[in-house]
Amino acid sequence: MGAPDVQAPPLKAYPVIPILQADAMAGSRPYVAAEKLNEAIGFPGKLVDGWQAKAVAKLGELRDRYRSLRVFLDACVHCGACTDKCHFFLGTGDPKNMPVARQELVRKVYRRYFTFAGKHFPKLVGAEDLTESVLEDWYRYFNQCSECRRCSVYCPYGIDTAEITMAAKEVMDSIGMGQKYTNEIIGKVHKIGNNLGLPGPALLDTLQTLEEEVKEETGQDVRFPLDEPGAEVLVVTPSADFFAEPHVFSLIGYAKVFHAAGIRWTLSSHASEAGNFGLFIGNYDQTRRIAMRVREAALELGVKRVVVGECGHAWRVAYSFWNTLIGPFDFLDARHPVPQHVCELTYDLIRRGAITLERERNDRRVVTFHDSCNVARASGMGGIPRGQFILPRAIVRAACTRFHDMAPETIHENTFCCGGGGGLLTDELVELRVKGALPRMEALKAVVDEHGVNFMATICAICKAQFAKVLPYYKFDMGMVGGVHQLVGDAIVLGRND
Amino acid sequence: MSIEVGGKTLETDEEGYLVNLADWTEDVANVIAQAENVEMSENHWEVVNFLRDYYNEYQIAPAVRVLTKAIGKKLGPDKGNSKYLYELFPYGPAKQACKIAGLPKPTGCV
Repeated sequence: MGAPDVQAPPLKAYPVIPILQADAMAGSRPYVAAEKLNEAIGFPGKLVDGWQAKAVAKLGELRDRYRSLRVFLDACVHCGACTDKCHFFLGTGDPKNMPVARQELVRKVYRRYFTFAGKHFPKLVGAEDLTESVLEDWYRYFNQCSECRRCSVYCPYGIDTAEITMAAKEVMDSIGMGQKYTNEIIGKVHKIGNNLGLPGPALLDTLQTLEEEVKEETGQDVRFPLDEPGAEVLVVTPSADFFAEPHVFSLIGYAKVFHAAGIRWTLSSHASEAGNFGLFIGNYDQTRRIAMRVREAALELGVKRVVVGECGHAWRVAYSFWNTLIGPFDFLDARHPVPQHVCELTYDLIRRGAITLERERNDRRVVTFHDSCNVARASGMGGIPRGQFILPRAIVRAACTRFHDMAPETIHENTFCCGGGGGLLTDELVELRVKGALPRMEALKAVVDEHGVNFMATICAICKAQFAKVLPYYKFDMGMVGGVHQLVGDAIVLGRND
Repeated sequence: MSIEVGGKTLETDEEGYLVNLADWTEDVANVIAQAENVEMSENHWEVVNFLRDYYNEYQIAPAVRVLTKAIGKKLGPDKGNSKYLYELFPYGPAKQACKIAGLPKPTGCV
């Protein structure tokens, strides 16, 4: 197979709403999960008999369970404000990737079975039966939404379109139409503890290797502790941080921060994953089971703080949902944020002078910052308004001399998704991922041309893996992307204890 | 899906990864490599063999730093980095080299 032959769209000087190309992405279809993958996590193995009635019943159940979903299904007036806000629409031109049109795939079914007009006069109100071809559209196009929620920022009704995507995915899982990439990973977390399937002994071996490498580089005994009871801080981070580049550079950064600040920390082999793909498939029980490992590990190790590493949707789950999902956290130290983002920890240490960064060490870099969707639009930091934008940038500026933001309509709450979020970071979707990255690549190119930017920092493992893959399609170097704590790790002064 | 090697049909997943790890032989590796446009040299085998040894011990492919360290020790420090690995396996050392080594694909945010 080798590298898929995908042509990246040309980068334009300013964003242009594409000319519509009907069905341009109708062929984009991730692998359906095999029977044993679905069954391992409690879903029907394959498309069930009577799937249509069961799917409609499930949609009704979700509508009754989540009042938000009902409002989002009912409230849309098809004004079109969202149409040109989606990176997948901008990159592909497929009209079904306009958020309003993608959500209409569910709404038309919802109207057919749950509204008076749709039940009796379906043609008048554009209501449709849930046929096989509609289900196929669901599978293809809800796997072309990264649940980034950019369109929701511009919706005059505040409709959270990602909730509709999640509902569609949950309905499909309930009838045996699960997606391989997400469901295989969820199974690995339940069984082994992380998305990679990295067992405890391999994790230990990896961390020991990192200790040796950092010792060789710095001469310092920077530790990467695993399962150490009595540590002050439990760090949960995406397992990609153990495994891949550039992710691992951020893990090294966290370790150096703890070392320099003299804070005793540990990782856990039981909760060796911050990511929580239960969110991506909209499944409460999966999300809870995955998150519960963190609570169990925190209690067993007796830590006082839980710190979340550089993972976008993990921070959303932790910040917005942990309290009701797996709380209360009355056993943690309330003097610190519960939970705490690693950026909050580092920012606080920099501000108090508890760690020292030498910005000149990053002088070869001209840096920009890519806001990750889930951090930007679904969380906060530092207990201050817009802290999720302020803190990471403050850290980057403390670690580098040269920093330039991308265009305002592409950062902060307006940030464009990397193109790989929401459970789409899989090889068979590379064409979609390349095209979906277009708006971010255009914004990046502008600061590359104007300011010579050569490094895009981010705090999400998906963003890192996605950009490392798609940057070369746009003639950028894959090493341009990295973590905020990669910069911190390169700038931090070690071996001083004053 | 499947591949043909030496008259035998071997089952693979949708992406061409072997389903049964025990099916792997050096001939199988060569067939998969060919489909990936990778011409196996001694240096490729060094990586592939290390992956297999590591997998046998840990049931997972090695993390990139574990791999680069091991390769650097064996082939010299100028080769102990991911740039070298990408030269050998352009579609990503983790995924492409694992496929050729007959190991499952690494999953997650990688």
